[in-house]
Amino acid sequence: MKHRLRLPLTLLVTFAFVLTACGDDDEGIGGGGGDTTDPKVEEAKFEEGTTMADLAEAGAIKIGTKFDQPGLGSVSLESEEPEGFDVEIGKIVAAKLGIAAEDVEFIETVSANRESFIENGTVDIVIATYTINDERKELIDFAGPYYVAGQDLLVASDDDSINGPDDLAGKKVCAASGSTPIENIRENYPDAEPVEFDTYTECVDQLEAGQIDAVSTDDIILAGYASDPKYEGKFRVVGETFSEEPYGIGLAKGDDDFRTFLNDTLEESFEDESWKEAFDNTLGASGVEAPDPPEVDRY
Amino acid sequence: MDFVWEQRDVILRGFGTTVLLAVSSGLLAFIFGTLLAVMRVGPVPPLRWAGSAYVTVVRNTPLTLVFVFCTFGLPRMEVRLAFVTFAIIALTVYTSAFVCEAVRSGINSVEAGEIEAARAVGLPFHQILSLVVLPQAFRAVIPPLGSVYNALVKNTSVAVAFSVAEASSIFRRLANDDASATWSLLLTTAVGYMALAAVVFAGARILERGTAIVR
Repeated sequence: MKHRLRLPLTLLVTFAFVLTACGDDDEGIGGGGGDTTDPKVEEAKFEEGTTMADLAEAGAIKIGTKFDQPGLGSVSLESEEPEGFDVEIGKIVAAKLGIAAEDVEFIETVSANRESFIENGTVDIVIATYTINDERKELIDFAGPYYVAGQDLLVASDDDSINGPDDLAGKKVCAASGSTPIENIRENYPDAEPVEFDTYTECVDQLEAGQIDAVSTDDIILAGYASDPKYEGKFRVVGETFSEEPYGIGLAKGDDDFRTFLNDTLEESFEDESWKEAFDNTLGASGVEAPDPPEVDRY
Repeated sequence: MDFVWEQRDVILRGFGTTVLLAVSSGLLAFIFGTLLAVMRVGPVPPLRWAGSAYVTVVRNTPLTLVFVFCTFGLPRMEVRLAFVTFAIIALTVYTSAFVCEAVRSGINSVEAGEIEAARAVGLPFHQILSLVVLPQAFRAVIPPLGSVYNALVKNTSVAVAFSVAEASSIFRRLANDDASATWSLLLTTAVGYMALAAVVFAGARILERGTAIVR
C-alpha cells in the first residue's frame, strides 16, 4: 500500500508546485509598494451603545470592498490584502475608531451583493465604488460622497468607431451585473447590446479577446485598467462621461449616529489632506491629478 | 407579487432563454452522446479509447470550468460567437458525457444472445447497432436519461455568470432592481424551474409507457 501511494503522491505534490508557480506576474496599480497612507490610529471615546463604541471596543471592523478594481480596491497576487483608494478610506475610518489598519478585515463585495452584505451584517460598512442613489437609500444609508466619478467607456486603442455613448448602437458593452452602469446602458442606450459579468476583470478580459466592443463604468476605474502594465497600450478611455457617480460609504439603514460620525470623519480627512494623500498614493499613481474633494451630503 | 406580475414579460423571456439552452444543448448532447456511446462499445480500439478519454475528462470537470473554457478560452483562439452559443457549446460538451454513459448502460443491458443471433444471421456492425441494439437500449435508457435531462435544465443556470440572460440571470437583475421583491422573485423562479423539470419528467414517463413491452 505504501509503495502504491508513493507515485501518485509525488505527482500530486509536483502538480501543486507547478500550479502555484505559474501565476501571471502582474503588478497592479499601486501594487508591490508599501505605499499606503498608514493613518495615525487615535485613542477613541464614544457614547455607550453606539455602533462606534461597539466597533471601538471590539477593536476590529469588517469593511466590504471590491477586490478587482485597480487603484480603488484590488488584490494583487503578491499580497492577500486589497490595496487602493477605497481601502485607504476604510483605514482612515478605522483609525478614527481606534482600530489599527491590520485589524481591519476587508471582505470582497461585488456590485450585486453590497446591500445584502450590509443588511445581514456580513460587513459593517461598504466602501466599494458604491454610487449613492435613492433606490439603494431605501435599503441602506450612505455617508459621503468621498469621490465623484462619471460613467465612461473603455475601448480597444485601435477602435475609433466609439467616441461617446451615442456611438454604442449595435455594440456589445460590458459592465458588472447589478451595477449602476449596466442599468444606465440598458435604460438610456437601448440600441447597445448589454453584456454582463460578475467582475470588471472578466469584462476587460473579453474586451482584450475582442469578443465585446466596450467596457463601461466609472472613468476612474477604467483609467486604472488602461494604465495597468498588464494591458499596456491596448485600451483607451473615451473621455466622455455621461453620468455622475457620487461614491459613498454604505452602512446599515437608520444608524444616524454612525452616519454622522462617518461624514465627520470624511470631512476631517478632506481638511487635513489625508484624503488627498490617500488619492495620490493609489489612483494618483496612474497619473490622475487629485481633484478637489466633494461636498459631503448630510441628507 | 405585484412586481413579479409587472415584470412577467422579462421573466418569461428569461425562461425562454433557459428553454432554448436546454432544448438545443439537449438535442445536440443526445446526438453526440449516442455517437460517443457507440464509439465506446464499437470494435475500433482508437475510437474506444477516444470515447473513454472524452468521458473521463469531461465528466470529471466542473461545468463552470467548461463554461470558462468556452466563454473565455475560445475567443482567445479567434473563435468569436454569441455568448448564448458559447453556453450551448459548454452545456452540450458537458451533457454529452453523461448521455454517453446512460446510453452505454442501455447498450450493455441488451442480452448478448441477441447480438450473437444478429451476427449469426450475418448482419454487419451498423445494422446490429441500428436494428437490434439501439432500439432496445433506448428503451432501457429512458429513466436514466430523464435524470440527465433534469440535471441539464438546472445546469443551464450556470450560464448566469457568463453573460446569458436566462431565468436566474433575470432573477438576479430584477432582485437587484427591487430588493423588496427578492422572495417573490425567488419563489417564481423556483416554480419556473420545477415546471420545466416536471415537463422533462412527464415526457420521460410518456416515452417509458409508450415503449414498454409486456413480457
